[in-house]
Amino acid sequence: MSATATAALAASATVTSLPHAETAPVVRDTRPLRLITCGSVDDGKSTLIGRLLWDTKAVKEDQAASLHRDSGKQNDLGLPDFALLLDGLQAEREQGITIDVAYRYFSTDKRSFIVADTPGHEQYTRNMATGASTADLAVLLVDARAGLLEQTRRHATIASLMGIRQFVLAVNKIDLTGYDRAGFEKIAHDFKELALSLGIRQVTAIPMSALKGENVVYRGTDAMPWYEGPTLVETLELATVRSAQTVGFRLPVQRVSRPGESFRGYQGTVAGGSVKPGDSVAILPSGMIANVTKIVTFDLVRNAAVAGDAITLVLDRQVDVARGDMIVSLESQPQIGLAFDAQIVALQPSGIEPGKRYWLKSGSRRQRVTVQPASQLDLKTGKWHHHAEALPMNAIGKVHLAFDEIAIFDPYEQNRTTGAFILIDPDTNNTVAGGMITARRNDIGGIHENDRRVILSLPADLADQIMASEAFANRRDEVDIRRTTAGRAAELLDDLDN
Amino acid sequence: MPDTRPDVELKNPAPSKPPLDPHLKALENEAIHIFREVAAEFERPVMLYSIGKDSSVLLHLARKAFYPGRVPFPLVHINTGWKFPEMIDFRDETAKRYDLDLIEHRNPRGVAENITPFTHGSALYTDIMKTEALRQALDAGQYDAAFGGARRDEEASRAKERIYSFRTPDHKWDPRNQRPELWNVYNGMIRKGESVRAFPLSNWTEVDIWRYIQAEDIPLVPLYYAKKRKFVERDGMLLWAEDPRFEALPGEQVQEDYIRFRTLGCWPLTGAIRSTASNLEEVIAELEIATVSERQGRAIDRDQAGSMEKKKREGYF
Repeated sequence: MSATATAALAASATVTSLPHAETAPVVRDTRPLRLITCGSVDDGKSTLIGRLLWDTKAVKEDQAASLHRDSGKQNDLGLPDFALLLDGLQAEREQGITIDVAYRYFSTDKRSFIVADTPGHEQYTRNMATGASTADLAVLLVDARAGLLEQTRRHATIASLMGIRQFVLAVNKIDLTGYDRAGFEKIAHDFKELALSLGIRQVTAIPMSALKGENVVYRGTDAMPWYEGPTLVETLELATVRSAQTVGFRLPVQRVSRPGESFRGYQGTVAGGSVKPGDSVAILPSGMIANVTKIVTFDLVRNAAVAGDAITLVLDRQVDVARGDMIVSLESQPQIGLAFDAQIVALQPSGIEPGKRYWLKSGSRRQRVTVQPASQLDLKTGKWHHHAEALPMNAIGKVHLAFDEIAIFDPYEQNRTTGAFILIDPDTNNTVAGGMITARRNDIGGIHENDRRVILSLPADLADQIMASEAFANRRDEVDIRRTTAGRAAELLDDLDN
Repeated sequence: MPDTRPDVELKNPAPSKPPLDPHLKALENEAIHIFREVAAEFERPVMLYSIGKDSSVLLHLARKAFYPGRVPFPLVHINTGWKFPEMIDFRDETAKRYDLDLIEHRNPRGVAENITPFTHGSALYTDIMKTEALRQALDAGQYDAAFGGARRDEEASRAKERIYSFRTPDHKWDPRNQRPELWNVYNGMIRKGESVRAFPLSNWTEVDIWRYIQAEDIPLVPLYYAKKRKFVERDGMLLWAEDPRFEALPGEQVQEDYIRFRTLGCWPLTGAIRSTASNLEEVIAELEIATVSERQGRAIDRDQAGSMEKKKREGYF
């Protein structure tokens, strides 16, 4: 690497070249990039999104005129009040608040973008989780004068939990620091540390003024000659869209197409890997095996289909396949079982109640599940604490899932489609949680295969005393204290040995 | 080498098109996924068909989603009686060509009371002939899911709309209390009488629609292309003046020039633009340098602040 390039890299605080970073694609990906913006009104988030839409010409003249008409307000540069452009609902304009998740669209010559815009204040966890679920990249906004705040950690934690692996730190209002390079580099460095602690290696920090439009779409070289890194839009143009093409083939069956006696096809969207005619596949949960004869689409009978393709699959024999089944590759199959571990985000005021039976929907499969909370994430510290009670709204918890019928999942880390689910409250039909599978459990009293905890068997009163102690509190995740008798333990151990 | 030639039964309807670019392909895949999910989860789905370009794309995607089967639900067209005649011709040809189950509904109360956009104003007219008519049609069919071609980039209140948009038994939308929607896992659980509006085109922009129409060679109502047509200028709008019911106001001069429409609806409420773009390529070229949004021509959005939101809460698409 040349000296100049090294200097540029340092100045932009880009750490994409770390050895373990995901490799950048050789061919430019022109699929739309989905991103989420995190930050509060104070950080200038509305201004940033407004600036993105404005400078990419996504705002048309009549919309701008209606902004002027509605507010009569302008900022110092004669531009309309961007917040009004973004607050779509009358209640929001009247109350000056932002409700819920809104989606924005803009494009450049190279790519188009879908922005999930979520309010930064109350209920941010719920809304952020919703917006982050489909995002491949998170833009975290900080005020250059304030640096990283507690909320920055919260936002980064939620984004990483939801599977986002690319972060952009937008160090906004840099103009108000007199374009202070040292201050920017300190923030960029601190954020890099934070991101690494979450396992995120693709981080780009950019000094910018959204208000003045510097380093958003256009370069801010005049004001910041010391910054040689990419603008926000350049970074977004080069970001990768996650694809599940390298994992095992997965086709959650949405419906069976039988337009006539001679045709029977299984319709769905490939959720992982690829498939071609001649491949042997298994149908889960039944486990039956068949061969693919055709991949049918409206346009042509195809030679192959990959993750993301909506297809109709034809098999070589009569097998019993129904909506909710999953057609998978033989070599690399998902996990099937009656008990799984997951992380969930509680989305409704009713929270998530231990022992209550919910509907779980994942892909096209809907089934009954009982949820048992195990721990809750403290977003302030990033630590998990034992928590077996109900999870309140906005809580992030680790839970055990127990099914009546066989469930089929991949860990969310491996497949963001077949590892994701929602919980539906059967009393209200509302969506009450979003969840991500971490592992299958071997359902022996809550002990499962990837468990590294040490098991300690104690009389109940002693167990309670130890669990209440401070020494134990910090290491709760490492220990499982069981109020088990030797007789019951003997049974369990016998089971394990067999 | 497996034989991948189409069977006789899988006659390829569009034999030699270049493959879609990855961007449009991703949007198409998402829309097909939504179509299939709704068709599988609901008992009585229906598609709201407005004859316009978005509806044409929506219909094309529906045909793709269920191929080689036919579209497994009816299409409902809410006819106000004030649509452009070319739209109705196109509608009937389309239904015939694709073997569609088309249902037309007109609000009998509106017809009986002779509600017109000129005599009753656009707000009341829209409420009765469109919103109320839509509710009647949905109730009559006992539909529990209705596909619509709305896009989130169209209008501010639409930006917050879900892909499965829940409606109460009286078709009300509560924007402050929508179900969270994560990943592509949609919650289709409803009680009797409740319904969802499903929007497969949520993530499409106007440019995407036009580029897809071009890539897929989707037929459109000719009104989208420029032609010499008669019109007047009224309240800054170019109003089509060829219908026998059109009456010029005092001082209005009927002009004839090359105009076309960016959106289609009821002719008294739809503004044209001056344009010579007479084919798809020219329309797209014009669009790419356009500086005003397509809804500018719509009187309905300008009645009052938050007007679309208000209509939507009451059951309008």
